[in-house]
Amino acid sequence: MRDRRLAAAFAVATSVTLLLGACSSGSGGDSSDASGVDAATATNLDAFGSMSDLEKAATAEGQLNVIALPRDWANYGAVIDAFTAKYPDITVNEASPDASSAEEIQAAETNAGLDTAPDVFDLGLTVALQNTDKFAPYQVSTWDDIPENLKEETGLYVGDYGGYMSVGYDSSKFDAPKTFDDLLEPAYKGAVALNGDPTQAGAAFAAVALATVQNGGTLDDFTPGVDYFSKLNDAGNLLKVDPTSATVASGETPIVFDWDYLNAAHNADNPEWKVAIFPGTGIAGYYNQAINADAPHPAAARLWEEFLYSDDAQNLWLAGGARPARAEAMEAAGTIDEKLFSALPEAPTDSLVPSEEQTTAAGELLGRDWAGAVD
Amino acid sequence: MSDSRLAPGRATKWIILLAVVAIFLVPIVSMLLFTLRSGEGGYGLGHWLGLGDPANAGKYRPIWTGLGNSLALAVVTVAIVLVLLAPTMILVTLRFPRLRRPFEFLCLLPISIPAIVLVVGLTPIYLTIGRSVGTGVWTLAFAYGVTVLPYAYRAIQSSIDAVDVKTLAEAARSLGAGWLTVLVRVLAPNLRGGLLAASLISIAVVLGEFTIASLLNRQNLQTALFLVSRQDPYVAVALALLALLFAFLLLLVIGRFGAGAKALAGKKNPTN
Amino acid sequence: MTVATAESATAGAELPARPRRRPSLAVAGLLPFTAYVAIFLGLPTVLAVASGLFTDDGAFTADNFAALGDPVILQGFWNSGWLSFVTAAVGAIVGALVCYAMLGFRHDGRVRSLIDAASGVLAQFGGVMLAFAFIATLGLQGLVTLFLRDAFGIDLYADGAWIYELPGLVLPYIYFQVPLMVITFLPAMTGLKPQWAEANLTLGGTRRSFWFRIGFPVLAPSFFASFLLLFANAFSSYATAAALSSQGSPIIPLQIRTALTSETVLGRENLAGALAFGMILVMAVVMGLYALVQRRAARWQS
Repeated sequence: MRDRRLAAAFAVATSVTLLLGACSSGSGGDSSDASGVDAATATNLDAFGSMSDLEKAATAEGQLNVIALPRDWANYGAVIDAFTAKYPDITVNEASPDASSAEEIQAAETNAGLDTAPDVFDLGLTVALQNTDKFAPYQVSTWDDIPENLKEETGLYVGDYGGYMSVGYDSSKFDAPKTFDDLLEPAYKGAVALNGDPTQAGAAFAAVALATVQNGGTLDDFTPGVDYFSKLNDAGNLLKVDPTSATVASGETPIVFDWDYLNAAHNADNPEWKVAIFPGTGIAGYYNQAINADAPHPAAARLWEEFLYSDDAQNLWLAGGARPARAEAMEAAGTIDEKLFSALPEAPTDSLVPSEEQTTAAGELLGRDWAGAVD
Repeated sequence: MSDSRLAPGRATKWIILLAVVAIFLVPIVSMLLFTLRSGEGGYGLGHWLGLGDPANAGKYRPIWTGLGNSLALAVVTVAIVLVLLAPTMILVTLRFPRLRRPFEFLCLLPISIPAIVLVVGLTPIYLTIGRSVGTGVWTLAFAYGVTVLPYAYRAIQSSIDAVDVKTLAEAARSLGAGWLTVLVRVLAPNLRGGLLAASLISIAVVLGEFTIASLLNRQNLQTALFLVSRQDPYVAVALALLALLFAFLLLLVIGRFGAGAKALAGKKNPTN
Repeated sequence: MTVATAESATAGAELPARPRRRPSLAVAGLLPFTAYVAIFLGLPTVLAVASGLFTDDGAFTADNFAALGDPVILQGFWNSGWLSFVTAAVGAIVGALVCYAMLGFRHDGRVRSLIDAASGVLAQFGGVMLAFAFIATLGLQGLVTLFLRDAFGIDLYADGAWIYELPGLVLPYIYFQVPLMVITFLPAMTGLKPQWAEANLTLGGTRRSFWFRIGFPVLAPSFFASFLLLFANAFSSYATAAALSSQGSPIIPLQIRTALTSETVLGRENLAGALAFGMILVMAVVMGLYALVQRRAARWQS
């Protein structure tokens, strides 16, 4: 009797659970809406008609899946909040803020065809170049404002914001370092950290690239950069902990090599935190927007792109210390926030961006030599 | 039922306990002191008060969703452990003793493989599940059931080794009990310690799990905490402490509930 | 012993009464679990490891497995191995001591419940937050570091920031190993029957002789099994190490992470499958050793 009741209760519980599962969100919706526009193949605003048509289509979808957008990265938190404030009927689902560019692509593959797949990507250049077959081309309405070298001609991927490799430092503990050799001084013992491992993270990779070009090398061979960090390690100045806002706030990592906009964000945690870009040759890096070809919410994805390249969002990125892609055009048109723009650290006289071949060669070199160099 | 002859002396047990507890509290205290920092090197409750500020309530909304999801996942995972794993372990003990070593290896396998690699293999399976049953968060519990397998197995096996399962089962069977009765009314109360420990560790694992949910793009407590914590390092540490406290209280309540029921059972059927 | 006689008695009594159908019914009882594990553990493991046999384009290759012989990777296995062993050993011993202390408290009392709950929570406390807890405690600007420097003049890091190298990982790992040991070993410890202690006393033994002759031998199998669990737990952990020792990927799980998720060195995802296979191999070897030890320990029990 008791056994049968138990068994019955169990059976009911199982069926309820399965029912709940069936009722929960199903697989990806279809891409065409009531007005017959196929959002998934729209390559610019004209395909929709006008901005308000796009907004209607996006609101009908009601959701946007973004990935790898930490709220404290280039002020993305404010950008997302501004989008939500402008379009309150579109829920922004933020996934995996700490994902690397490669993980963003993997998330798209892992969730292919499901409604949890990311709609848009924010990728480093290397990963973007290698995965163009996963993107849908789209040219935003402000397309012409974006410099030629920052976009792929059909709009498969477009540079959104960027910065220069810089050194962030706690000015209450140290004076501004002026060259790489300064950091080898004993005063910097146990003080210098890289944002990640160069074989893993783009920011650390760029730091080694900067060390290479500022120590007499070229981007074709990263050996001088690796040698420099090996020297730094032998001097006891290299700190191997991963710098985060918490370690900066607690004072554990007083000097950090990172993109200038990421270093700028630490000022919120430590008012004495300043950013310095070494004079001479610098390393620049731009991140790139791309739309998932299989996006579950294609209209919302395109609306997001339009929003990101509007003056508001570009200025929000500027507030985060990043240089928006449309900076020059906005400066000419007077729509850029002058105060913030002039507050950016001075750009280096010359700046380089590693090409695809250089990145691959450097990746192999680092994979072989980095672990031994900083042992 | 006194273990006094087994047990250590009064002084010994308190010394060991307090020493270990004190050492383990130090990192927690450091985290707490970090969150209490304010402005010019002084201390204050500023960051904690900011948490309660209604203006910030919108920022913390993902946490409530994540918490609900994690609790649902915990329930399903514990169900898998109690309903699927435990009876199978008892079956292996009773009927297939030679399968014990391979079974142990199987149960230890999930912990030998880092979650990021497991997800590589789980991807196609979850794609299929997503297309058939839906992308609800509860389906993650199947993966979690596998993740908690090593811990739950060890806890339940310790109990099984300590209790003479074979004799109990045979005695009950010879008295005419059906297998369900044997499982639920004879064996389970005797294995209560191991079953409870397995449930507690399963809940703890589910509440603390981050990698699989993150890689499969689902929202649970830890992913929500991580998302929210990217705004402010002090908030991040404060929320982590709160999550620890929550899990602690939850496990305490469940543990007391289990212990309370055991005490009752002990009074009714003096089996030892 | 009592167990053996009970077994033979029931076996003898049961044989004639056992209907033919029982064996297949019992096997059917194994089916649900087997199916579940096959789908959610077996299949993913095979898929993940098999990815090591192919290149990005899907061509069959032995390169990834050959790469397992690379000195950097072998060093990684060695580092992972000794780190896991040391933390498992310390965790097991300290955890067992705590379990021993627990025996002195009522099993439905407050202290036991508190320790049970605390162990459950701390056993799963890891990753970036645990790393930060240790940075805040023992880091260069940590609470304990500053205290030792100001109060006693001891500079922990005179020879370099060892806490952010491999040896420094031992401490945070122990932080979750000890609670895990408590959680998994306590059921075994509480399974020690007080009757044995009384019998020991009756036969003229001391507390010490009880532990050496009865307690340890009986607990040994569970102890080693828990040790094995702790070893495996440490072996596959990487989130804490990623935050604390972020340069150089000293342990294998970090190398797997780099292979799978790197932003700068692309195209090595399949290496992760080969590395995972290496990890499973190591675990199989360790389990083999464990089985040998268990056979030894089982001798004490009969």
